[in-house]
Amino acid sequence: MSVMTSFKKILSGIVALGFVLSMEALAKPTAANTLSISAAFEFTSLDPSKNGYIYSRMQVLETLLDVDANGVLIPAIATQWRVSEDAKTWTFQLRDGVRFHDGSLLDAAAVVNSLEIAQKKHGALRNAPIMTIRALDRHSIAITLSRPYTLLGAVLANYANSILSPAAYGKDGEVLALSGTGPYQLYQFSPPHKLVVEKFDVYWGKLASIPYASYLTGHRSESRVLQARTGQADIVFGLDPASLMSLKHLPRLTLYSNAIPRTIVLKMNSGHRFLNDVRARQALSLAINREGIAKGILRTPGSETAQIMPSSMANWHLEGVTAQTEASAGTPGSVLAALGWSKNAEGILERNGERFELTLITYADRPELTAVATAIQAQWQAVGVSTKVEVTNSSAIPMGHQDGSLEVALMARNYGFIADPLGVMLSDFGSNGGGDWGAMNWNNPDISALLSALERISDPYQYRVIAQRSAQLIYDERPVIPVTSYVQQTSVNKRVQGFRFDPFERSFYLNELEFVKP
Amino acid sequence: MKTLLFKRALQLLTVVWGVGTLTFILMRSLPGDMAYRIAASRYGQDNVNAQAAQMVREELQLDQSAFVAYWHWLTDLLQFKLGDSLVSGMPVTETLQHMLGHSLLLALAGLMVSILIAVPVGLLCAWRGNPLDSIFMGLSSVIRALPVFVIGVLFILLFALHWRWFPVAGFGSFSHLVLPAFTLALSLAAVSNRVVRDSAKRAFSATFYQFSKVKGLPAWQTFRRHGIRNIAVPVVAFFGIQLVSMIEGIVMVESLFSWPGIGHGLAHAIFARDIPVIQGAALVMGVLFVFLNTLVDMLCLWIDPRGAKTE
Repeated sequence: MSVMTSFKKILSGIVALGFVLSMEALAKPTAANTLSISAAFEFTSLDPSKNGYIYSRMQVLETLLDVDANGVLIPAIATQWRVSEDAKTWTFQLRDGVRFHDGSLLDAAAVVNSLEIAQKKHGALRNAPIMTIRALDRHSIAITLSRPYTLLGAVLANYANSILSPAAYGKDGEVLALSGTGPYQLYQFSPPHKLVVEKFDVYWGKLASIPYASYLTGHRSESRVLQARTGQADIVFGLDPASLMSLKHLPRLTLYSNAIPRTIVLKMNSGHRFLNDVRARQALSLAINREGIAKGILRTPGSETAQIMPSSMANWHLEGVTAQTEASAGTPGSVLAALGWSKNAEGILERNGERFELTLITYADRPELTAVATAIQAQWQAVGVSTKVEVTNSSAIPMGHQDGSLEVALMARNYGFIADPLGVMLSDFGSNGGGDWGAMNWNNPDISALLSALERISDPYQYRVIAQRSAQLIYDERPVIPVTSYVQQTSVNKRVQGFRFDPFERSFYLNELEFVKP
Repeated sequence: MKTLLFKRALQLLTVVWGVGTLTFILMRSLPGDMAYRIAASRYGQDNVNAQAAQMVREELQLDQSAFVAYWHWLTDLLQFKLGDSLVSGMPVTETLQHMLGHSLLLALAGLMVSILIAVPVGLLCAWRGNPLDSIFMGLSSVIRALPVFVIGVLFILLFALHWRWFPVAGFGSFSHLVLPAFTLALSLAAVSNRVVRDSAKRAFSATFYQFSKVKGLPAWQTFRRHGIRNIAVPVVAFFGIQLVSMIEGIVMVESLFSWPGIGHGLAHAIFARDIPVIQGAALVMGVLFVFLNTLVDMLCLWIDPRGAKTE
């Protein structure tokens, strides 16, 4: 009898275990229920101020306001917002019934808590002229400013200012869990390479249809291309343009080319004795064969540009500027000769016994920069400017700016980092002769005045007029020399439908994607 | 055996102190401002600026003198504390566990497969002699001459792209392990099969081996009694060396297959000047060296108790 009982016990145990295991298998990410994404960037921390861009793209985190493809603010966690008469108080009405991934309900106190923590960390909110952030009632908050600041909405839409559950923070504001409000919640966090998110069933907006999504860092663009080819990754971002031809023939893939507000620019030390005359900077700009770089190196013909902003940033893009505008200034040789430079026996320009030698630094995070840098080196060599290219870390640029050692730097600047380009313009050109990633020793009082005026102006027409004047000033004086704008190449497997690209790279819009039914 | 273990324990202490101190000095003497490097790794290329570097400097007290920082590290080490990563803020032990776990898995899997290839091939070559021996000699030379990532790319082209048996890159399942492990294994086996072959050939032609055949023992029994142990000593020692050198050398394979191992992690930590992670990784690898060496020595001693070391 006892043998029988224990046998039954074991049997029921096995059945129960089998049931649990099969339930487990159902609730696990598999190739069939997981959308896999491959992109170049690593993540190391849960903190939105550090790697928030990954979590906002994977739709785990959300901000008070969102922006559409044109950079116009749209509701997100806040449904409405109002700016007071004196433009110094912004009030936000919060959405009702928003739940965090830990199950708690979002309220004004949680929003205030997140923003106050973000204010203490590195990011745009820290530099905003904010006096207080306070809850008005359970569903509205007010932010008071010391001066009018039109940028506030766009700054609040930055990933670093995502709203997390109060329980997600430790006592010093460190982020312990990623309890956001997005349509996906964190399922697996294996830094620096792999992130899996799971559909959040009580999301306030459009519910996701795909149960899981995974993000895998693929450092080498070659291996990302192979992942797209084999179908191992459904969506691959940042494809190497050289591989596009071979991918175009694959019937399973759809390719997207999207312009983004990121531009390859040369940061010039305008205080350098060779570069302090605007004509020297113009000559160096003239000597660059942008078309050749766009076509031959980046394989995105048409991406060459002499302006920092793409045409999508209409307020800042100058319509009248073409390749001819610049060429009217003369040839690089004639402009430099007018400055007293003449070629020596080696073909290098000399003035008062000094050779025209520059050091150009760039960084390896974006492999195309190194190739573009060496192309510019050769093109400048042709007009007699000897350039030494140093490939280093991205931090060498702000460091070289601060200690004054930087001469020229080639960089990929993201003007859409804050959805309103004024944010980046202010930090790059706003004060003290420039900024870490912008102008250097370029003391133009007009630009500072114009940009700080824009912080206060809310009238769209007036705004555009001043923005255009600022853009024209930067174009004329060349404190930075634009080379090409960026085109993001993406492949999407045909098993996925509903893909759209966010030019501000804030979201992958995962909740709009569906698997095509076989 | 006791003396061996005691000696190795002493060696371990000097390795821990020496490796830690050396990495500290080397990292401190690298050019560039640590605060900027760390800030770039923390906040990304779009968001690193002087303000971020200043915040990092204050938070991590990077202004303190090198001697004070070294003293902190040493006292922490004596309490078995490896500290937190300067970039992610996560405990170094956790980071290392993740990276080293994956590297060891890949290294061991690679070594196992290489043994499965090298031992039969080596023995067969020694036993059969030419022309088989020459064919494998040529093949081994060719494979050894190929950089390991070329083998990896060939495998990807064949098994992932053409036949679609295995994924191109990634980690997390058994099928992800197959291609990187075989890539490693093939390049290891290209050398080790020659070591097996030489060792076997030496044993087969030894007088004691000939004698046992002459006295009438069948071939298999001769091999079992007089072959295996004699062949094994240099082979085991060589596999040990391969395993140790592989753990530091699988960076290419890790990078090609997006495998989150220690080689890759260490390279990134060096770019970021993440000293605690670099020191921790160097320490653990130093300890692993001593540990694996000891293990191999003990294994050799067990195989050949006469105390004779490998030649």
